[in-house]
Amino acid sequence: MRVVVDFDLCESNAICMQIAPDIFEVRDDDFLYVLDETPSEDRRSNLEESVQRCPKQAISIEE
Amino acid sequence: MHSSITIVGASLAGVRAAEALRSEGFEGVIKLIGDEAHVPYDRPPLSKSFLEGAMTSERLSLLTKEKITELELQIRTGSKASKLDIDSQTFEIEGEVEGFDALVIATGARARKLPNTEKIKGIHTLRSLDDSIEIRDSFKSGNPKVVVVGGGFIGCEVAATASAFGIEVTIVESQDVPLSHVLGEEAGRVISKLHTDNGVQLKCGVEVQEFKGENQVEGVLLKDGTLLEADVVIVGIGATPNTEWLEDSGLTIENGVCCDQTCLAAPNIVAAGDVARWDHRGYGKSIRLEHWDNAAEQGKHAALRLLQKDSEALPYAPIPWFWSDQFDRKIQLAGISSPGDDFEVIVDSPEEGRYTAIYGNEGRLKAVLGINRPRHVMQFKSLMEEEASWKEALDFAKGIG
Repeated sequence: MRVVVDFDLCESNAICMQIAPDIFEVRDDDFLYVLDETPSEDRRSNLEESVQRCPKQAISIEE
Repeated sequence: MHSSITIVGASLAGVRAAEALRSEGFEGVIKLIGDEAHVPYDRPPLSKSFLEGAMTSERLSLLTKEKITELELQIRTGSKASKLDIDSQTFEIEGEVEGFDALVIATGARARKLPNTEKIKGIHTLRSLDDSIEIRDSFKSGNPKVVVVGGGFIGCEVAATASAFGIEVTIVESQDVPLSHVLGEEAGRVISKLHTDNGVQLKCGVEVQEFKGENQVEGVLLKDGTLLEADVVIVGIGATPNTEWLEDSGLTIENGVCCDQTCLAAPNIVAAGDVARWDHRGYGKSIRLEHWDNAAEQGKHAALRLLQKDSEALPYAPIPWFWSDQFDRKIQLAGISSPGDDFEVIVDSPEEGRYTAIYGNEGRLKAVLGINRPRHVMQFKSLMEEEASWKEALDFAKGIG
């Protein structure tokens, strides 16, 4: 699976970073960085939670 | 196992409840009932980007047609439920009695109104899509003078949006400092300054005496004698949970539907979102939240509770978190602060518009406030989830300040 972030929607609320810090990081410049674009299958449930809890619905998963 | 689950309330908590049931493999009937005419939509943009005109109503939608089909939802909009009875497991809808196997109560809250204002045109509250459209239209007609009654988060967001239109706007707030009941006075002043720096007028420590104008609002008279001219008034003085339909139902209603630690209100009945008051194990008391993130998470937790045995049900005990966008600032609060908390400013950089502060009590970290500092907010939120002490929080702060 591949992590896709729509950076036009992303507002760096950073909730994804708290749920999956190995995949998402909001750095000191306030921008979101995807640390791992193709996480392993065992990261799916955290990734799905990040998708659901993003207030801007900016994250999606491509299979 | 239930053969069908009925969700009353078709906003975020209700939608997330439905989604969670399907992803958990529930194969029975799911009915989703809402009293608004629209298909479920997302509310936060209504006081921000949607109000500004930067977003279409399609983009607000929480459920596409494809999604409704995929989830096999039986949706009924524009229908108000009433007269719940938990003994017979029934309620009324459009004059007919409807039974249920299991029920998610997610009827939310509505904006509180000031008395005797219903008939005066130009006085609004902001909760629904229709409210937001009306207010947006009024912002665009001529060059209206706007008064916002109540300097809470909704009021502050509307004022910020109005001022972005170039509109003259005044906030009337009964406390001496807006948001001080949530953020404390010092942090409240930081937000106040953000508004005054951007041209918003603040009238604090004073209440509204009356509105001027017969059919159309013309002004707001304050108790100190000040008369503010107004073509548009937005009242943002909090919300009331929608529990009228639950009176005499057999459920306990105390400023919300009372639930146990697992969101269960009665056998086969759960509640979630703005309408739910539940025993939060972490805080050792019952709380009710009106936050987007809570509606989403509690909707999911409560729905799954219906699929669990009592012995396997988990308590719902999140660290509350919300955000508010005002001007170019993202304000976030995680945790719950209280008057008299220890308060420590970690970052205060007016030139960058950045600010981080933490709140502590009884030797524990209780809350974090960030302005354009989402990274810090999430870091301290994680510390709260680990039940960090105040000292641990201060030590952590030294490394990031």
